[in-house]
Amino acid sequence: MTPGAPAIPFRAGAPSSNETPAMTDQAIAKPAVRTRVSASRLGALSHHAAGWLLAAPLALVLAVFLVLPIVMIVIVSFWGATEFSIYPDFQWDNYRFLFGSDVTYRVFLNTFKYAAITWAFTLLIGFTVAYFLAFHVRTLGWQVALFLLCTIPFWTSNIIRMISWIPFLGRNGLANSTLISWGVIDEPLEWLLFSDFSVILAFVHLYTLFMVVPIFNTMMRIDRSLIEAASDAGASGWQTLWHVVIPLTKPGIMIGTIFVVTLVMGDFITVRFMSGSQSANVGRLISNDIGLLQYPSASATAVILLITVLMVIGILLRFVDIRKEL
Amino acid sequence: MRSDLDLELVNLTKRYGDAVAVDAINHLFNHGVYACLLGPSGCGKSSTLRMIAGHEPVTDGSVVLGGRDISGMPPARRGTAMMFQSYALFPHLTVTENVAFSLRMKRVDADTRRRRALEMLDLVHMTQFADRLPAQLSGGQQQRVALARALITEPQVLLLDEPLSALDPFLRVRMRGELKRLQRELDITFIHVTHGQDEALALADEIVVMNAARIEQAGPARAVFDAPATAFVARFIGAHNVIALPEGKVAVRSDELKITGPEGARLQGRITGVEYQGTHVALTAAVAGDQEVTALLTDKDFFGAPRDMGEAVGLDWDGRAAHALRS
Repeated sequence: MTPGAPAIPFRAGAPSSNETPAMTDQAIAKPAVRTRVSASRLGALSHHAAGWLLAAPLALVLAVFLVLPIVMIVIVSFWGATEFSIYPDFQWDNYRFLFGSDVTYRVFLNTFKYAAITWAFTLLIGFTVAYFLAFHVRTLGWQVALFLLCTIPFWTSNIIRMISWIPFLGRNGLANSTLISWGVIDEPLEWLLFSDFSVILAFVHLYTLFMVVPIFNTMMRIDRSLIEAASDAGASGWQTLWHVVIPLTKPGIMIGTIFVVTLVMGDFITVRFMSGSQSANVGRLISNDIGLLQYPSASATAVILLITVLMVIGILLRFVDIRKEL
Repeated sequence: MRSDLDLELVNLTKRYGDAVAVDAINHLFNHGVYACLLGPSGCGKSSTLRMIAGHEPVTDGSVVLGGRDISGMPPARRGTAMMFQSYALFPHLTVTENVAFSLRMKRVDADTRRRRALEMLDLVHMTQFADRLPAQLSGGQQQRVALARALITEPQVLLLDEPLSALDPFLRVRMRGELKRLQRELDITFIHVTHGQDEALALADEIVVMNAARIEQAGPARAVFDAPATAFVARFIGAHNVIALPEGKVAVRSDELKITGPEGARLQGRITGVEYQGTHVALTAAVAGDQEVTALLTDKDFFGAPRDMGEAVGLDWDGRAAHALRS
């Protein structure tokens, strides 16, 4: 009941009235009950020590499985190598060779090209799929069902999904023979397989879901009344998309972008299989070095790739604050 | 008096599958009234409002504003504007950008947009917050921004969906004064959905009480309060007793009941509750037929002749104070 209101509502003869205005008001005015976890359960341990103990297991795992290997790679990248031996050293030869060779620049450029094109396609497809799932599929049941449908390809391994393109795209593959039988083309298209086209096709196929998931997640958090408010203000469907949905989906787009860009930049197997070993990216450079047991050189390339990817992510994070999503 | 800006609902119906949310209601809102749609949750008041706004397709019937049937038009072309219950401010836009949103959609140039938005913010006393983001505002401030954003479209009808329900009680009383002032200043129709009878009485020129998808009673606030037409309205609007008498059910305001000796009174009963409320004292009495009635006495009247629990009393009222109820 509002303070200062002149009268209290009575409802004689209505004992089971389920919603009375006065009751509703009280329910709103009632302060939220806050539960507090008492720190005293941690016994004699001070807050400080308890905090360190709680953080220790994860810190240990990260130290052993993340920090240590990276430190090892950095150390090895300064070692020396001959055709038949590797010896501990501190020399800049690996880096000097890396930066002195124009192959490096071309391969890095090619890697960026794959990342950029794949990003554009996964974003376009991923955003569309997420938008459809979030805004056009009305019931949660259908949303979950269609979402699971998207994940079905993930029930098999990356490599199998990739290789299954080969009989489809090959010179005598399904695509070519169908096109020839329809009379669209006279002879098989050479660029369907073992080309940049097939590499990017495989990347898009493999990684679109990594774009769908975070974008769908952010879209589901958009208050539907915002869409109504936009239409109330006279926004057309496209205007609502551009001025409301996309700005509010940016954090999800950014998380998806980080997934896709890092996956594509670190990939070597897709490029090898789908280009028929005719194209190179940084991952293949490293993998070739490892194949030749040139670990110091591979390490140096890996360190430069790591720095490059971190720089790319750093730049991306300058555009969008994703902290509220995490 | 009809004007060409009246809003009329004609056989307006909303069905969700087999469930009827709004059952062929008819009502005329005169231009420039402050109307409250009052009812319990699920009575169809919000569906009605959303159909007027254009956010819910009309199943049957029509919404007529200014002589045209607007029920098939997109929301922005109807001449209505909606203020949402959760305010629905765009979280990524500043206060000014939020208010100017509809102008931006119409591709009005940036200077005009800003000038008009600041005018609107001035109207709701929010100019000093023009460059904040919604998350940096309190609930009451967000509401003012939402109001400014709705009003910048110069609507003929402003639709408010439970606008005060998210505010604390003190702010609620202040904002309702503010709403009333704006409505007078702008001289447009306000249609305000609420489930709070005190809010409706305080604000409305006209109250439309809804129950179970139908309009139970509509009329000026005083007329509805003084003469509830049905037992539902009498109970929902509060401060009434619904008493079953041999000649039928009647509604009697609690403050019209007089406590007398048991002899000669219309009803005899026993006091079951005495509640002190400051200016008034509420006496509850059990009367024949397992009914409970409440009498509201001024504190002077009560303490002039105090009554105890369990005391046998008579309850009487002026014949004109009892209103026969439609069943």
